[in-house]
Amino acid sequence: MIVTAEENVLVQGMTGRQGQYWTGRMLECGTRIVAGASPRRGGQEVHGLPVYDSAVDAAAEHRLDASVLFVPPGGARTAVVDAVEAGIGKIVCLAEHIPSHDVMEMLAVARDRGARVLGPNTAGLVVPGQTSVGIMPGFAANIFQPGNVGVISRSGSLGTLVAMNLVNDGFGQSAFIGIGGDPILGTTTSDALQSVRRHPGTDAVVIVGEIGGAMEEEAAELIADLGIPVVAFIAGRSAPPGRRMGHAGAIVTGNRGSGESKVEALTAAGATVVEIPSQVGPALRALGVEPRVPEAASALT
Amino acid sequence: MNLLEHQGKFWLKSAGLAVPRGELVTTAQAAADAAGALGGRVVCKAQVPAGKRGKAGAVQLVDTPDQAREVAERLLGSVVGGYRVEALLVEEAVDIARELYAAVLDDPVSKGPLVLFSTEGGMDIEEVNATTPELVHRLPLDVRDGIPLDGLERMLSATDLDAPAVTEVATAVRTLFGLYRDVDANLVEINPLVLTSAGAVVALDAKVSVDPGSVPRQEERLAALPGGQPDDPVTDLERRGRELGLQFIELDGDVGVLANGAGLTMTTLDAINHFGGRPANFLEIGGDAYTKATPALELVLSNPRVKSLLVNFCGAFARTDVMAEGVVNAIEELRPDLPIAFTIHGTGEEEAIALVRDRLGTEPYDLMDDAVQAAVSAARGATEEAAS
Repeated sequence: MIVTAEENVLVQGMTGRQGQYWTGRMLECGTRIVAGASPRRGGQEVHGLPVYDSAVDAAAEHRLDASVLFVPPGGARTAVVDAVEAGIGKIVCLAEHIPSHDVMEMLAVARDRGARVLGPNTAGLVVPGQTSVGIMPGFAANIFQPGNVGVISRSGSLGTLVAMNLVNDGFGQSAFIGIGGDPILGTTTSDALQSVRRHPGTDAVVIVGEIGGAMEEEAAELIADLGIPVVAFIAGRSAPPGRRMGHAGAIVTGNRGSGESKVEALTAAGATVVEIPSQVGPALRALGVEPRVPEAASALT
Repeated sequence: MNLLEHQGKFWLKSAGLAVPRGELVTTAQAAADAAGALGGRVVCKAQVPAGKRGKAGAVQLVDTPDQAREVAERLLGSVVGGYRVEALLVEEAVDIARELYAAVLDDPVSKGPLVLFSTEGGMDIEEVNATTPELVHRLPLDVRDGIPLDGLERMLSATDLDAPAVTEVATAVRTLFGLYRDVDANLVEINPLVLTSAGAVVALDAKVSVDPGSVPRQEERLAALPGGQPDDPVTDLERRGRELGLQFIELDGDVGVLANGAGLTMTTLDAINHFGGRPANFLEIGGDAYTKATPALELVLSNPRVKSLLVNFCGAFARTDVMAEGVVNAIEELRPDLPIAFTIHGTGEEEAIALVRDRLGTEPYDLMDDAVQAAVSAARGATEEAAS
């Protein structure tokens, strides 16, 4: 999922402290925010934008393409269902610690209605020079610059570091997709890989993964047919083995999930896997990728 | 949050699933007494939240109260899977006709609950899945619905269980699913779920893991467990970390680490290893915990093995200026006598860097790799000096 500067964005939870602050920062990045929604706050204004009681109410007055949720974990399920009922097709769910059964329920509701969810526990999306939806520092010129590298990251803080290293090395990003750190996610690494591949101006992809789960191994299956170079970094390869109790999870993921399994799958698929984040830029160059600002992006900045 | 076996069984029993009669004991004498009361032939099971207890010798079948006493003397106080054994569950031996396997868990692939069932219980189920995957049956569910009886019976009828057993097991699996939903579990796993020669279904083991994000809304139920809310941390420092609301894992190296976000923290540990050092801890102050920099630093520094400190902040949601202020306050208060390397990027970095420079007289490193190498070589120098 990517949100462009032409798409209308709703901010759910806009009147809260974080909602107000990040609405300002997202506007600064060029995001076309048209309204907010907060229960019982309908009629207020934030940054001059109208606030409604619900996404459904906001949708009665505005065309809404995407929504970003500044909602506490206990209210996330209700807010996502509200966004789905409002007919919004792209929903960015930032909250961490949402009960897992709520996550499964809201993803099921979204799937039934054809809405896509990014997250939960994601830092959001950035198209440098165009939009920032979420809590990434899309406004920081030393971290995000228009460019030709798509970045997919489970972690916000680590994704920020990798994005910054790219800028240090002369690269910029075509898009950054934070997919989130929860075990159950609306958008997987594979889904995000397909989105950045389709996004205009992407010449290469950087996958910032983590140990655990099997999303990187699944994504590896797509790399051979991607047609553009992939560099990957997997965090946690030196971590001591986790304290695992049941075996049911391992049955679902098989012997996948470890750092070695991910590195092996990605390498076999033709990706370059680096040891530390500062090696990402040099690895891209070694694959023949040179910095380039796509025309569409340069026209906007 | 992983429950101990006896806690899981407490919930299973309340939900209506049969478990063996048993008693929780903390002394060898109590183990012998319990064995006597339960008829002599009992199973003694160490209560630690670790897997593979059988292989570790922490589950022992004995025939007499004296043997139960001997086993208890050996197990109590020993360490199994990194956990000290503080209690044993002494249970009557069950007359086993057949050992089955059943689990309900959150499935990241189908994004809903998944029921797993196998007639090959009692052994390493991962091994069964690797060698004979056709014997591990899967039933993905929609979390909004209950568990469909027809689908469940169809799955069970595809095994070699006879009709009465299918009915009994179906009831048991529905009970497991009900418990999984009621307690917001990530996992309820029974291995083995046994059929007795009389045709009854009994849970001989119980692995229940409550979703960490659901702990607030399950607080009452967790507090009512025998022994109270389960206690995962292994070390005293880890326990203190949890009391502070911080995820802290003690490691055996000498470079103390303070970073924000799990991904960046893991990467910081990877980089320390990459440059030949050894991290002393995993500690992330990401998310809302970013305001807890002061107690976090106190925790890192209370580990006597720490010889240098690496502070790596990369702010997105977490504001580096807020985190840096907490750390600088803590450093001014604690005055630690060790080298500290900072590297700070992202939201609020200009203010954060100025704060560190002005109040501590230290210049943060532009590059993370340089900060990591500085902390690694400082720790190595201090360790060599101490050795000479």
